[in-house]
Amino acid sequence: MINEIILMNGYGLYVWSAFCFTLTSFVILYYVIKSQLVKEQLKFKNKFSNLVIDKADKVKVQEAYKEILSNTSAYKI
Amino acid sequence: MFNIFSPSKIFSITSRATKYVFAIFILIISVGLIEALFLSPKDYIQSDSVRIMYVHVPAAWISLGIFSLIALLSISILIFKNKTFSLIAKSLAPSGFIFSIIALVTGSIWGKPTWGTWWAWDARITSMLILGLFYLMYIVAWRVISPNNANKVTSIIAIIGVVNIPVIKFSVDWWSTLHQPSSINILSKSTIHHSMLVPLIIMTAAFALFSLLIFLMKYNTELIKIKNKGLDRL
Repeated sequence: MINEIILMNGYGLYVWSAFCFTLTSFVILYYVIKSQLVKEQLKFKNKFSNLVIDKADKVKVQEAYKEILSNTSAYKI
Repeated sequence: MFNIFSPSKIFSITSRATKYVFAIFILIISVGLIEALFLSPKDYIQSDSVRIMYVHVPAAWISLGIFSLIALLSISILIFKNKTFSLIAKSLAPSGFIFSIIALVTGSIWGKPTWGTWWAWDARITSMLILGLFYLMYIVAWRVISPNNANKVTSIIAIIGVVNIPVIKFSVDWWSTLHQPSSINILSKSTIHHSMLVPLIIMTAAFALFSLLIFLMKYNTELIKIKNKGLDRL
């Protein structure tokens, strides 16, 4: 049974390598995009925490900034 | 006119949707893989090698679909000068590119047991390779061209590249190629058995969800990048 699944009538190497390539590409792309997102969020967090209070208040009232802040821990600082 | 496309409104949706899309993707891909690898029947001629179809065909479909969408957005960018459209188009490109690579590589792997060769300069394969190159040009253009001109240049690349889409679709009808004619037709009866059609549809849904997930994450990244520049100017 296990042999049948692995060998797939002699086509196992082709089938498994095609599926492995696809899933590996998914994982790599996911982590590349995720790391870019985390990098930008951290950059935002650092810049926001370095703002003087009146500028930070100005940022907090803007819709798009509010959304980004609610997704980073910077808002809680 | 395009108030519904305001970045803050889209960001409020995209930032929350990611985790739900990820969960649904994991569920659908798990079902799809079980169906594709274990439950679907083998082909009477191609035997188990037919299972490669469940990654090759959806990857090709999604890759074509995404490029068509990018081209449509590019036309809108040139007409309406809407910056949100360029952000959306830019964020769609990475997953489209990966799917074109997956279609080419899995097609090559499938070609070896089926046609006895890894590669042939067949009309469908060559036009698919050209699509991959257009994706590459599009992504590289966003990186190397100055932000002021990137919108226009990338839009032109996408509009020129979309001419290749009907060539890919109809290449099997226009020329004598190694590929078989389409088995799935929207307007006429499909020639594929439902026991193979069901896993194919499930895998296509999973791949579409994956591209949506990547799009959402990339869109959020691009928007935060813009807001970071905004903080610098404060």
